Amino acid sequence: MERKENKSSYFQDVLKRFLAHRLAMFGAIILTIEILSVIFLPVIMKLDPYTMDYMNFGGAPSAQHILGCDDVGRDLFARLIFGGRVSLMVGICSALVSLIIGVPLGLIAGYFRGWAETIIMRCADVFMSFPSMILILVLASVLGKSVMTVTMVIGLLGWTEFARLIYASVLSIREKDYVESAKAIGTKNGPILLRYVLPNSFAPVIISFTFRTAQAIITESSLSFLGLGVQPPEASWGNILYYAQSISVLSSKLYMWVPAGVILVLTVLSINFIGDGIRDALDTKMKI
Amino acid sequence: MKTDNNTLLEVKHAKKFFYGNKKLLQKERSVVKAVNDVSFSIAEGETFGIVGESGCGKSTLGRTIIQLLKPTEGEILYKGTDLSTLSGEEMRKLRKKIQIIFQDPYASLNPRMTVRELIQAPLDVFSDLSAQEKLDKVKSIMEKVGLREEYMGKYPHEFSGGQRQRIVIARALILEPEFIFCDEPVSALDVSVRAQVLNLMKDLQKEFGLTYLFISHDLSVVRFLCDRIAVMYLGRIVEIADKEELYDNAKHPYTEALLSAIPVPDVDVKRTPVLLEGDIPSPYNPPSGCLFHTRCRYAKECCKTQVPQMTEISKDHMVACHRYT
Repeated sequence: MERKENKSSYFQDVLKRFLAHRLAMFGAIILTIEILSVIFLPVIMKLDPYTMDYMNFGGAPSAQHILGCDDVGRDLFARLIFGGRVSLMVGICSALVSLIIGVPLGLIAGYFRGWAETIIMRCADVFMSFPSMILILVLASVLGKSVMTVTMVIGLLGWTEFARLIYASVLSIREKDYVESAKAIGTKNGPILLRYVLPNSFAPVIISFTFRTAQAIITESSLSFLGLGVQPPEASWGNILYYAQSISVLSSKLYMWVPAGVILVLTVLSINFIGDGIRDALDTKMKI
Repeated sequence: MKTDNNTLLEVKHAKKFFYGNKKLLQKERSVVKAVNDVSFSIAEGETFGIVGESGCGKSTLGRTIIQLLKPTEGEILYKGTDLSTLSGEEMRKLRKKIQIIFQDPYASLNPRMTVRELIQAPLDVFSDLSAQEKLDKVKSIMEKVGLREEYMGKYPHEFSGGQRQRIVIARALILEPEFIFCDEPVSALDVSVRAQVLNLMKDLQKEFGLTYLFISHDLSVVRFLCDRIAVMYLGRIVEIADKEELYDNAKHPYTEALLSAIPVPDVDVKRTPVLLEGDIPSPYNPPSGCLFHTRCRYAKECCKTQVPQMTEISKDHMVACHRYT
């Protein structure tokens, strides 16, 4: 006798709730369009972000350059698209770096407790008490300014968030009967962590991953805006915005920085909406 | 105490204390003596029941026996080996023979694993069978506990409590263990499915020759399933006897009170229940002497000062009460 006739699985429910979340869907569509155009437009439109057009230093939008040119005559639309590649890459990769460092450390601290907990969580406290922007500035200028170092530095400094999140949920999961029953059937610690503890404590990490990506995109842009991030001729949204440091560009050549600014805001907003959507979708108490 | 040579498990003076943190202005750390000097033995193939109120330490005792908790003191001899002295790895290997059925089938199944993965988990740990052989074993054990084969790909939340408990039982049985610790396996179930699960456990015991350590606060369940019964109060065993002996001829006043509280499904039967006064004392501050003297209607002066020892008053019937020493 089946009392609970429950056809749809947990993940189908989650997906259904996510699809019903309007803002999240808006964000997902925007981000998908961005990712697709960043990947395919350069090939389709044969964009070239590096060649300088000597007739068009700071030139206004025209048929040839739809968003105009920057102060050394590079096509701004091409730079926007290639900058998107860099910014999205830096965002996602640095969030991944944070996740890869933070999640195992948080798992270990929460599951084994004792001295591992003390060392890892106190390290996290130390990291968190640093003004991270200053540290990033110092590290970026010491290690050299490239996409790689920016990604790694932002990623390295972000591990505490993941570690603390997973630590907190592992603390409650490790006391559950199913973890004890896994011990009782003789399961080793490794499989217990991977099959029992991690899958049940991972949900907040997915949400945090999206917010962290958005945060990293902003951090990269801030760095590049300050001239310490991605260096020209390589493009990023941040170093396109760099031109807006001059008052004349800021007030009279809006085409040089407004598109980059708008797309940056739109991207970050979209990712945050997606994060909200996942959070609401994972909350089983929410009814559609 | 039974000392036949077919003894499977012997517990000698087991103690499990939990220590609180020392607080400011406190002379000593607070101690909860959850299990205090408990001894008994379980013969091969029998079902040994432990009954007692909530919080009397019966679950702690069980967990201490199967080494999910380390005993503070005492020996736990399983076929002559003291489990408490084994290393983690030695104990882990022995878990093949010792399994557990938890109280709450809603909490003891990993929600992210399918029924097949759940039942197969012990095989993944211990046996090097091929995937197909494992699958065959899962199928046959599912049939034995009355789960349909097509449930294999489902997740635990899709099942009712009784079915979940069947999954738990299947998982406990798949390695063909010798000893199963059942921690109130039916108390979270509806009364209607209780009997089904208990009958299943009884049948499986016959088929596999299992030995059960069965913990419950439900005396009628214990009566149905167990051969010998121990009554626990505040971390100590106060009486051990064979089932019939205990139900017909209870000696300890606490056992008397418990037995008289069993509802009788007959309105014409006149009963004079033995009512206990007061509440169960705080385990942080247990009474001196006999732990039960604060609620005992026979309490004498000596009960307040001396701890009564277990005495054998007739064959296999032990009681810890000053009235019988």
